[in-house]
Parts: sequence; structure tokens; C-alpha cells
Amino acid sequence: MILMKQLDFTVHSNDRLNDQNHLLKVAPLNNMRLPEMHPGQFVQVRVDNAPHTFLRRPISINYADTQKNEIWLLVQAVGEGTRKICEMAVGAKLNLIFPLGNAFTIPSAPGNFLLVGGGVGTAPLLFLGNKLHEKGFACDFLLGGASEKNILQRPDFEQYGTLYCTTEDGSLGEKGYVTHHSLLQRKRYDFIFTCGPKPMMVAIARYAHEKGVGCEVSLENLMACGFGACLCCVEKTTRGNVCACTEGPIFNINELTWLD
Amino acid sequence: MARLEVTIGGLQLRNPVMTASGTFGYGTEYTDFMDLNRLGGMIVKGTTLEPRQGNDYPRMAETPSGMLNAVGLQNKGVDYFVEHLYPVIKEYDTHIIVNVSGSTVEDYVACTEKLAGLEKIPAIELNISCPNVKEGGMAFGTTCASAARVTHAVRQVYPGTLIVKLSPNVTDIAEIARSVEAEGADAVSLVNTFLGMAIDVERRKPKLSTVTGGLSGPCIKPIAVRMVWQVYHAVGIPVIGMGGICNWQDAIEFILAGATAIQVGTCNFVDPAVTVKIVRGIREYMERHGIASVSELVGGMELF
Repeated sequence: MILMKQLDFTVHSNDRLNDQNHLLKVAPLNNMRLPEMHPGQFVQVRVDNAPHTFLRRPISINYADTQKNEIWLLVQAVGEGTRKICEMAVGAKLNLIFPLGNAFTIPSAPGNFLLVGGGVGTAPLLFLGNKLHEKGFACDFLLGGASEKNILQRPDFEQYGTLYCTTEDGSLGEKGYVTHHSLLQRKRYDFIFTCGPKPMMVAIARYAHEKGVGCEVSLENLMACGFGACLCCVEKTTRGNVCACTEGPIFNINELTWLD
Repeated sequence: MARLEVTIGGLQLRNPVMTASGTFGYGTEYTDFMDLNRLGGMIVKGTTLEPRQGNDYPRMAETPSGMLNAVGLQNKGVDYFVEHLYPVIKEYDTHIIVNVSGSTVEDYVACTEKLAGLEKIPAIELNISCPNVKEGGMAFGTTCASAARVTHAVRQVYPGTLIVKLSPNVTDIAEIARSVEAEGADAVSLVNTFLGMAIDVERRKPKLSTVTGGLSGPCIKPIAVRMVWQVYHAVGIPVIGMGGICNWQDAIEFILAGATAIQVGTCNFVDPAVTVKIVRGIREYMERHGIASVSELVGGMELF
């Protein structure tokens, strides 16, 4: 069992990746060692006490750098809270509750694994790819975005597997959505992991279901606490309403009611 | 040494800081962050006779300095509580209070009867103020007659400390408080959430699946303080105050308005260790002001 923690961090670096996305690398104050974290888990960032950013913002763990004792947070400025996080200066303090949630299921034997991400939903797939790579398992990444500049961290992904892309404007990889990529027609996978906009994940889940391939999805339901107290982020599953923050955010598609 | 102990009905609390129902699960959700044994008391999640799945997603919307929720009393039912949750949480050294909810007077009574025999549940909080269920809930808390009726029925079967949690969605909360006091309530707790709503203007859709929901957080605090003050002057039983408490200053404010004890709700989500900080802050305030017992502060606001 993993102990959750509430700790103060400091921003080591904050790199602007495009007009909407920033990569923050944060480390605990006083050189406290980070606990073990798993791909798919997330943190709850306390933004400030301002009226419009009262609640914490859930951000998935992009990568856990155990050597530098840093957590990477890939943040897309979609609202006021995430915009403020993107604007945090190097040296700024931020309070995190972490690690939260369950994790992707790391396969026990090698196989053909596909990691499908859309937009900022690619974030947890980097950490997952890293863990698969550490186990010596090859994987393919299929990442989609509106345009080339929206496909983030390409060199990082390429360290851990083969990268395929789609863009809506055709500026990188195949033109269109990830669900239309030719890879899905020509290669047979043993398991698919996906994170991104819900319509994309539903389409991937349907594809996996039709092909008889196992599939895990990462949900980002609205939540207040992140640790199972508020009961706001529920997802309808085969066993009733469950908290996406504690029993997810990773779900096997067989548990969900998406394809009913 | 400042004395933080307070008395609510038959309960001697080690300090006036409790956690509000529906924001603290069964306490176990918080044990990684804080020591539950430092709480004055813990009010666990609203419990009903039968299991409830609650409302559909989306159930929450952040609003300025607060949030709307429409959870709808999702819980596994009182039998599950007694069999699976009680054996775990009874080991904690704090007062564990169960929030009892229902759709009919009979439900409240039957649910209470199942809790009455539990040695480590010295009190219940009767929830006649949940705004998020179709039947019962807040309906009981919005007229004196129905509030009195359910309090009367539960009082007949419950010998422990009976706290009644009041709805702020009424014309005169003091009148409701008097009606439950007359039926034997040992204390009142207030306020539950305010009925509110929020609209996604791009999609022209409500932000909650239920359209309306309960508003909580610092945005409601001034109204809650006013209501605690009104009720304190209307009844002779202890008042437990809540509504947006986030720090020790907020807690002291409620106590000065007339609260014997306070509950922390929504702020637990933002800082899961906030209650422990509030206890420390109250102690330091008392030492700084030379106050021997926290009970000296209750209703201690001075009028000019």
C-alpha cells in the first residue's frame, strides 16, 4: 500500500513547450526523498487561495526522475488554475498531495503494446513507456494533436519506443485522428493503454473491444479532493459508481459502461 | 494551559474541532495526512437505511471561493457501515458520530435503531438538510412541523446524543432550531449547504447533472456565521457551527457567534491536515488572550 503525502515542493524548471503547455520539474523541499510512484498516478496541486482557484488541480505524473528526485508535470493551461501553474517561476513553492490513484497495469511478459495519447493526455504515457522500457518491453506510441506543435516531448518518447503521430492539419505524421492511423489496421497488439479526450478514448476502447485486445483508459473526471472523500469524481462501472480518484483514474474498459 | 474541552449533550470533546459529514469519508481517507485522534470528533458520511448510488456525474462545480456538489448521499447503507466500517473506525480515540439520512420518518428511525447499540458511536447527527436527494432530506428541515416530527420519532428510539443538522434554505432558521430543541434534540449543527446552481455558458448546460446542488466553502461563511448567531440566541442547547471554516480565525469567529463546537467541511479537500492546524491555532489564540477555557468564548462577541 502506498502512503499518500502532502508536501511542499519547489519548481526546479519551467519550460514552455508551446503556447498552451508547460513542463514543470518540481522537487520536494529539504531534499526529502520522493516515494515510489507508478505510471497513471497523479498529484493534486494547490494553486493559491484566490477565489477562482480554491480547489486543487489534478495533474498526472508525466515522469518520476528518481535520480534528480524530481516529478515532471506536463500542464496545459485550460483554465485559471492550470494557467497559474504554468506561470509558476523557478524557485516558487507549491504544495502537492501525491501520489494519488491506481496505476496502469504493467504487463508481466513482453508483447506488442500500444500507448495512444491525445493532446495533453500524452503526459502519463511517457512515464508508462519509461517503465515498460525498464522492463525491456518494446512499445509503440501513437500520439495525436491538432498540429505538429501540439505533439509534445517527442525526443523523450523516442527513447522508449517507436513513435507514430497524427495531426489534424497534417503537419506531422498522418493527417487526421489517432483512431484513423494506418498502424491500427496493419499491426496486431496485445494490449492498449490510452489517455486523452474522452471521444478519442471511447473510439480506442471500441477498437480494442472489436479486436479482442485488452485496454486500459485514464479518466480525468472532475474532482474536489483526489483521495476518495468527496465522492464527486464517480464513474459508472460494472460494480456501480466508484471514485475515479481512488479506484481509478485507470480503468480496464471491461469495467466501464462506455460500450453498452 | 488553555482548556479546549467542550460538552455537547453527553459528549466530552477534547477540543471543539470536528469534521463535517460528507467531506471526511469515514476518516480512514485522511489517516495518511493527519492523526484522527487529535480531533474533537468526526462526523462520518451520510448513512441511509438502504445503499444508495447517489446522483449521476457531474457532481461538482467549482465556484468562487467554494464549490457546488450534488453527490446525493452515495453510501453503502447502514448494515454495511455496521459490519464493515464500524469495526475499523471504532479503534480511533475520537468521538465518531454518524450522520443519519433518509426519505421517510420510518427510514430515519430504522437507520438510527441499527446504530443505537454501537458502543463507540455516542451520537448521531440527524441530516434533515441534504439538498441533493429527490425525497426527504432537506424537505424535513424546511418546516418546523416536519423537522419536529422526525426529531420526535428518532428521539423515541435513541438514547444517545442527538444532534440535528439544519438547512440554511429556510426563511427563519432560528424557528426550526427551536422546534427540534422542543422535541428533545441535544444540539443543533448548522449550516448544511445552500441550494445553488451554475451554468456552462458555452454549452448552455447546467454544470451539475441535477441542475441544482449544495454550495459550500468560504463563500458561505458570513451567512453561516449570521445563522449561528441567530440560533445561539434562540435556543438553550449547544450549537455546532460550520460553513466555510478554513483556519483558526474562522473557527474562533463561529465560536464567538455562539458555536460551542465547529465542523470543518470543504477545506478538508484543499488541506487534509487543516483540522489539526485549527486546533493548534485555537490553543495559541487562547494563550495569547489569557483564556482558560474555550467555553468562555462561546457567544463572546461583544456588541460595541
